[in-house]
Amino acid sequence: MTRMRPTVRRFAASTAAAGMLVLAGCSAPATPDGSAGGTTLVVATSDEPDALNPVLNYGVDGASLIFDGLVSRDADNRLVASLATALPELSPDGRTVTAKLRDGVQFHDGTTLTAPDVVFTYQAVLDPRVDSTLRSDLDMVESVTAPDAATVVFRLRYPYAPFLQRLTLGIVPARLLSGQDINTAGFNRKPVGTGPYKVESWTPGDRLVLTANESYFAGRPKNNRVVVAFVADDNVRAQRMRAGEFDAAELPPKLASGFDADAAYRVQRVPTADYRGVMLPTGNPVLADPAVRRALNLAVDRAAMVSGILGGAGEPAFGPIPPTSEFTDASIIGKPTADPTAAGALLDAAGWTPGPGGIRVKDGRPARFTLMYPASDTLRKDLALAVTADAKKIGIGVTPAGLTWDAIDPRMRSDALLMGYGTPYDPDFVSYKLFSSQFAGQGYFNPGSYRSEVTDRALQQGRDQIDPNLRRAAYARFQKQLAADVPWLFLTYLRHTYVLKSSVRGVAPRVEAHEHGVANSLWWNIDTWTRS
Amino acid sequence: MTRSGRLAGARAVLRRRLLVAVPVLAATSVGMFALGAASPVDPAKQYAGAAAFTASEENLAQLRANWGVDDPVPVQYLRWIGNLVRGDLGWSTSRHEPVASVLAARAGWTLLLIGVALALALVGSLLLGSLAAYRRGGLFDRALRAGAYAVQSMPVFWLGLAAIAVFALALGWLPAGGLTDVTATGTSWGDVAHHLILPVGVLAVSQAPWFVLFVRDAVAESMRDDHVLAARARGLPGRTVLFGHALRTALLPFLTLVGTHLPELVGGAVLVETVFSLPGLGAVTVAAALGSDFPLLAAITLATTAVVLAANLATDLAYAAADPRVRLDG
Repeated sequence: MTRMRPTVRRFAASTAAAGMLVLAGCSAPATPDGSAGGTTLVVATSDEPDALNPVLNYGVDGASLIFDGLVSRDADNRLVASLATALPELSPDGRTVTAKLRDGVQFHDGTTLTAPDVVFTYQAVLDPRVDSTLRSDLDMVESVTAPDAATVVFRLRYPYAPFLQRLTLGIVPARLLSGQDINTAGFNRKPVGTGPYKVESWTPGDRLVLTANESYFAGRPKNNRVVVAFVADDNVRAQRMRAGEFDAAELPPKLASGFDADAAYRVQRVPTADYRGVMLPTGNPVLADPAVRRALNLAVDRAAMVSGILGGAGEPAFGPIPPTSEFTDASIIGKPTADPTAAGALLDAAGWTPGPGGIRVKDGRPARFTLMYPASDTLRKDLALAVTADAKKIGIGVTPAGLTWDAIDPRMRSDALLMGYGTPYDPDFVSYKLFSSQFAGQGYFNPGSYRSEVTDRALQQGRDQIDPNLRRAAYARFQKQLAADVPWLFLTYLRHTYVLKSSVRGVAPRVEAHEHGVANSLWWNIDTWTRS
Repeated sequence: MTRSGRLAGARAVLRRRLLVAVPVLAATSVGMFALGAASPVDPAKQYAGAAAFTASEENLAQLRANWGVDDPVPVQYLRWIGNLVRGDLGWSTSRHEPVASVLAARAGWTLLLIGVALALALVGSLLLGSLAAYRRGGLFDRALRAGAYAVQSMPVFWLGLAAIAVFALALGWLPAGGLTDVTATGTSWGDVAHHLILPVGVLAVSQAPWFVLFVRDAVAESMRDDHVLAARARGLPGRTVLFGHALRTALLPFLTLVGTHLPELVGGAVLVETVFSLPGLGAVTVAAALGSDFPLLAAITLATTAVVLAANLATDLAYAAADPRVRLDG
């Protein structure tokens, strides 16, 4: 026993010494700064692509950093020519588009871009053997041909006014992919494009390293390298941002606001076209009554949802076309706060009288319905609970139900669902399938089987007519009709929140779509970013 | 009996275990496929992500046809077995690359994390547990037990976030995550080791309480055994008594504990990988399970089963080596 103590002491001493050694070896914190070889910018996102190939849905709306489309979008989301010499034009019948290619654009491997590359890219998307979901968005394409090396002609099955918006798709080199199985090609891991950055390495689950394309046709990037770190967990991303590892990171609103008070950081709250709302199915006996739908529309407190649930990072929503769009119709904008008195009056007039338990009743039927939401989505859950509370105040009983999508799918015809959609580029993109009666009951397209002749006609005119003024008029009619029929309870538009180091210069936020990862995020123009 | 004599039956045991392993692995893979078949998740919708809401049903059907996931489960299973025999693990629908390359790129990091953390937890708990048992009820013993209970009650991800807050943010000693420095131009071992200190430490600490408490109790128990008392009575040094006599007898059930604790270690590793954004198997396993990615799930399940079987075998062999009473050829 007496001999034991020195041993313990010796052990403790040696452990401590070893610990010190380990710590001493690691005490130099990593400072991401490539002072020797120019600037390296590091951005972090949770959203990792599973293939870096535009044909397999990578960055199809442009700004993919590695690829260019025939056209791209500027800071106001207006289309500008990119690989095309000038913005292509739709023929008067809306069925033909001819694009002239810019001269001498080179892929990262030094080969020259020609029209057959463009043809190959679009034909690959349309090939049923290729695992591309973009095919659904290009089903109007009848043929794409290259009459000469600098000209591409798209022929459409039917007139499609917003077709130019589909030309942001990145172009891949036919030489490296033709004759191969595109689904399994090594190209998907080590792609070759024409864009401002080349891929240096990609470690899935860790990071993507991009280096500047010295011969980029639109001018060499102002920085040498861009690293995209993939960090799935929000809290971890916030902590690593705090540790100084990133120049910019996408973070949920509540975590981002933690950086507001710190002068070393800047928080960007970027408007989006991404809305959340409640789909009200006409197959539900209570929700089939327009008075109930309109009353709910008056009863929800959108302002409280924006401030309470979104932490201020959002706007009240009254329709599927965002207020930032040129097609928006201001006349449908209602009060952001709840108006339970007006809602109650509507219900009274329609014969829904107060019943037992504070729930209104009409013809013996209580005003109750189930509101489903995907259980893993906390934002939709919070919104569903807020709708439940607001409805209770006007005597409508809502039962919120958190489910998985496979459990939700078969019930969409009769139970309400908290859904989300939205794209800033053209009102046709999502709304045509979501509100046309021809898609009633088809999966996620028009699950509530909403039917309105006025809406159908307006959506069709918006698609058929090339004249922007006629289109604007058609979409105004569409928005007014939706506001009258209330097939959806539009609640909020989201804002995407990012935290940046204050030293980063050149950031130009633009209205974003739902999807924002490597491509099409706040760093859509990172090739012009610098650090002061 | 000599040590080599004690392991004389090892070869026979090995052969017997391998014979058992084949049906176990087959049963595991069948069970996995059956569970997968019962899953209502559509891999095509999972793959499409947000595009699932704008993709036509025809488009999604084409994807399913490309992958053959609409075939009956027995057909899928036989096809999978056939490819496996030819050395082809199949195509991961959730990662969109061959299963073999998913495993090749990621399994090494997970094994490294688990291996080093396990070694650290074992050595640490043997030392600390023994020392605590030597002076049972002493200050060190009480402090160690309190610490062990406290750590045991902390979720691993919480422990990880706390470690980041302290060592990466407050002290700035260690990186908060990732495999290498985020701007590094390559993967150097020094850089990786630097980045693995926190995750390995957190995983080891989170798994250690079980082992520490067990070693402490077992050693404390055997300190009262006759042979330990006799050793003490002979006037042997405290170190020899503790590590040579008391710990040795306590080691046997400890080996069993290590074997049974392996699955929990794997579970902990998944969480640690998430918190420290490491590109191991953890995140892809979750994605594969959520996305009904049969081939990847099957490969990971099989690999895990094989590791557990191997660990059990190693435990038994170690038993024979540690305890003269255990005979493999019996």
